[in-house]
Amino acid sequence: MSNPQQLRFSKEHEWLSAADENGVATVGITEFAANSLGDVVYAQLPAVGDKITAGESCGELESTKSVSDLFAPVTGEVTEANQDVVDDPALVNSEPFAGGWLFKVKITDEPADLLTADEYTAFTAG
Amino acid sequence: MTDAPRRTALDALHRALGATMTDFAGWDMPLRYSSERDEHIAVRTRAGLFDLSHMGEITVTGPQAAALLDFALVGNIGGVAVGRARYTMICNAEGGILDDLIVYRLADEEYMVVANASNAQVVLDALTERAAGFDAQVRDDRDAYALLAVQGPESPGILKSLTDADLDGLKYYAGLPGTVAGVPALIARTGYTGEDGFELFVAPADAEKLWHALTEAGADAGLVPCGLSCRDTLRLEAGMPLYGHELTTATTPFDAGLGRVVKFEKEGDFVGREALLAAQERAESTPPRKLVGLIAEGRRVPRAGFAVVADGAVVGEVTSGAPSPTLGKPIAIAYVDAAHAAPGTKGVSVDIRGSHEPYEVVALPFYKRQR
Repeated sequence: MSNPQQLRFSKEHEWLSAADENGVATVGITEFAANSLGDVVYAQLPAVGDKITAGESCGELESTKSVSDLFAPVTGEVTEANQDVVDDPALVNSEPFAGGWLFKVKITDEPADLLTADEYTAFTAG
Repeated sequence: MTDAPRRTALDALHRALGATMTDFAGWDMPLRYSSERDEHIAVRTRAGLFDLSHMGEITVTGPQAAALLDFALVGNIGGVAVGRARYTMICNAEGGILDDLIVYRLADEEYMVVANASNAQVVLDALTERAAGFDAQVRDDRDAYALLAVQGPESPGILKSLTDADLDGLKYYAGLPGTVAGVPALIARTGYTGEDGFELFVAPADAEKLWHALTEAGADAGLVPCGLSCRDTLRLEAGMPLYGHELTTATTPFDAGLGRVVKFEKEGDFVGREALLAAQERAESTPPRKLVGLIAEGRRVPRAGFAVVADGAVVGEVTSGAPSPTLGKPIAIAYVDAAHAAPGTKGVSVDIRGSHEPYEVVALPFYKRQR
């Protein structure tokens, strides 16, 4: 599996796109995380307007075997949640870096320890 | 557990197939190869191939093999015909379930007892202890067998292409020695999926050859390798209990709604008899809790240990839960107070991390195959 070079990554296995001109970035979970979870069957995403805090739970992903917290990779306000994933959670498995994105956030603060693609690849190889 | 997990004879093959492995009862087993949902659907509609080599085989032989098993287990084992199998249980003196088992009668004086991996040592120890005074031998055959299962509606056709054994004459819960793809095997028509299917007990050295032959023979029929994850959702839909979840030493067969496996009418005493008579009486007069099915109205998934609630009070506990690929909804098996256990009972919820999600109470199983 390869992690897209243009993304940054949290150690909780979320990815974050580069922010657009309004400071809004897209968030999803990595292919590594999706493979570890197995088939995602239910996604509880943060709602538009929710204030989220880096490192804190902001939703949950439920798979066949378990439920996992979704952690905010940055601090900010949610501007959009992916209704396609709510309707068809399997998108998280089939297209984790594309159609399976989870939400968009207007960033107000971000932690210093986000990883580059290469760093994340090394992190998950351990 | 500090010991390194045990690996089956097919371990290298699973890794080559890219399986996600998991530690299960001290064994490193395939959890899934790709999507567990796709594997589940393959078994329901076509066929799936499982490595179940973690199951614990114990051979009981001798002139009093039948008498020993009638004493040690709750079923009428002496009444099982050669070539047939029986689902049964082994209980302690208090009637608590030590394990659920399948017992195959291989010959007049030879039985194979198949225990859950997690309980194989407990069952072996109990049988060995209970064998005192019987002219019978209890042998640990866990390392003597690999176990492959072919499950699903296409499985008879797939197996037929690899064996001359009379599969049409092989009924559900029967087993016969034969040769599959040139490999000597005990061919059993058993399974844990709710589908037609076979379990093949073979020498570990033959396991890989048999796996490849089955994979090749099943390719056109859509057979796929399947892991323990879908095995769990398959058995859950079929309403089959899993030791450690629905069955524990704290439950009797009657508590689990499986009192039919206890044969009081058989000859002689058996371990747990007295306690089980009391448990039967209790289950009929004042059933403590009943094992029921629950189907979600929402999408959040109930898990083992979650509370079942009604009118603001806890009325039961989930023992197994998962998203059901066949129903397209979360399902659960739960022990629920008799007052709320009737199918159709209104107002029953499961406490899923603090939120009470509404559930429909149904009779088990959730799924029954068309015959």
